[in-house]
Amino acid sequence: MSSKINTSGISHFFLAIFFTLFTFGLSAENPEHGHDTVAVAMAENHGPATENQNAPHKKVNMAEIAIEHVLDSHSWHLWGDEHPVSISLPVILKTNKGLVYFSSGEFKHDVHGKVVVEKNGERFVNFEEDIYYASEIANEHGQFLETHLNAKGKSHPINEKPLDFSITKNVAQLLFSALILILLFTSIARAYKKTGVTSAPTGKQSFMEPLIVFVRDEIAKSNIGGGKHEKYVPYLLTVFFLILINNILGLIPISANLTGNIAFTFVLAIITFIVTSFSANKHYWGHIFMPPAPKALYPILIPLEFLGIFTKPFALMIRLFANMTAGHIIVISLVGLIFTFESYLVSPIAVGFALFIDVLECLVALLQAYIFTLLTALFIGSAMVDHHEESHEGEKASAHH
Amino acid sequence: MNLFILGSLITPGIGLIFWTGVVFLLLVGILGKFAWKPILNSIKTREQGIEDALKSAERALNDMRELQSNNEKIMNDARAERDAMLKEARETKDSIVAEAKQKAQADADRILSGAREQITAEKNAAVAEIKNQVAVLSIEIAEKILKAELSNDDKQKALVTNLVKDLNFN
Repeated sequence: MSSKINTSGISHFFLAIFFTLFTFGLSAENPEHGHDTVAVAMAENHGPATENQNAPHKKVNMAEIAIEHVLDSHSWHLWGDEHPVSISLPVILKTNKGLVYFSSGEFKHDVHGKVVVEKNGERFVNFEEDIYYASEIANEHGQFLETHLNAKGKSHPINEKPLDFSITKNVAQLLFSALILILLFTSIARAYKKTGVTSAPTGKQSFMEPLIVFVRDEIAKSNIGGGKHEKYVPYLLTVFFLILINNILGLIPISANLTGNIAFTFVLAIITFIVTSFSANKHYWGHIFMPPAPKALYPILIPLEFLGIFTKPFALMIRLFANMTAGHIIVISLVGLIFTFESYLVSPIAVGFALFIDVLECLVALLQAYIFTLLTALFIGSAMVDHHEESHEGEKASAHH
Repeated sequence: MNLFILGSLITPGIGLIFWTGVVFLLLVGILGKFAWKPILNSIKTREQGIEDALKSAERALNDMRELQSNNEKIMNDARAERDAMLKEARETKDSIVAEAKQKAQADADRILSGAREQITAEKNAAVAEIKNQVAVLSIEIAEKILKAELSNDDKQKALVTNLVKDLNFN
């Protein structure tokens, strides 16, 4: 009974936080200058302003659009380009003077460093979804930035950046997915309490139970031996379902590409690394620092083995990031064919292929969640294995010398 | 291709790292306490229950088998006992019948021999009586004949001789 009150209390707490974040509001904005081009409207807000404004017929740079779509942003763009509709999200900056909060709506959809937001005597601009301290005066393109031309002739800002802890689109989706997971699984837990353990599961309970049992038996139990898997099951379940729900949410067109963001996969991989290192027994470390090989090879083997500790979680990070990002880029590129060729005739082919890739992505969403969890369990399990033969060899080798 | 944007694709942002870390750890804690623990415990309890039920079913089956074999054994014993009883009864009957027969035979023999003895005795008595009667009759006849014949001495002598000759019994 008391746990039930706690659960709903926590749910309400999170719900409250979540909605507070979005009280920054929905904003529809009229840009200062309007365009009449419709077909290429998609590119309008992304390309550099100078190239677009005087051109009679704008060319779409699909590569840039594709990359931008898989990146994070400070507001949640829903639709529209001339009159974009987006959900403003909180911007939280750690500046030299402390923390600064404001709504991303204050940038008025600008991502070219032209709109300055002034807070507590500090001035900020948004350039391609990175927030910089604004310069005192605008440059020749109207950007409050000092730019520097790189080797390829592309200008990039050299202004200082505050630390950006904003609730970006990815963070918002992360919180949203966490909320869904909490509500879903606490309600399933209540269902078990209510119907008792002897009756068969029903509804969402019966849908999730096989997945939970699969993670417990096929992922945790079969890879972490010696009956020590039980304390890792909650962690593995959380990893599996958090990745799965965000992989699936990522397939919805207006959603964020959270699992295809390297920061997200980086954190999960770091946690895997920490859990693996703290679960490791002396055989694991012995294998790295005293490999069962002649001492002469140690200068080569020890750095290699030591590197191996990091390459495994690194591969985890890259695998999930690359798989999800690649899938999204392919879908966007296929749809982009219509705009690149500027012909409706391409659309059946483009849509057909995009549909095919989307269906494939549904499979990939499940598969990548499975693979990440499986490999995490495998790393933990291999760090805990008792290498009896190897330890004996090691003892023999050390006795020799 | 904007290399700057490509670079940001593989540069992890500090904000998302921070929030992912915070949210993930909170999520592990909250789900661990309020979801995974009760769910996993319930599943485990159910699995334990199913296993117990299966085991007890197997045990019941074994018990039943044992009972069945016991029953069969009892049946076999009963059958054997019945056969033995039948056999004994048959033997008893046979012996009784044989005894009765023997006894009857003995009785019959005894009765027969008794009857035979009686008959012999009766016959002897009858013969003795007849002898007596014959003797009486003979005396009477002899008397009459004597009365008649004894008129003459010769005739008397011849008659007596003849009579004695004829009286040759057995």
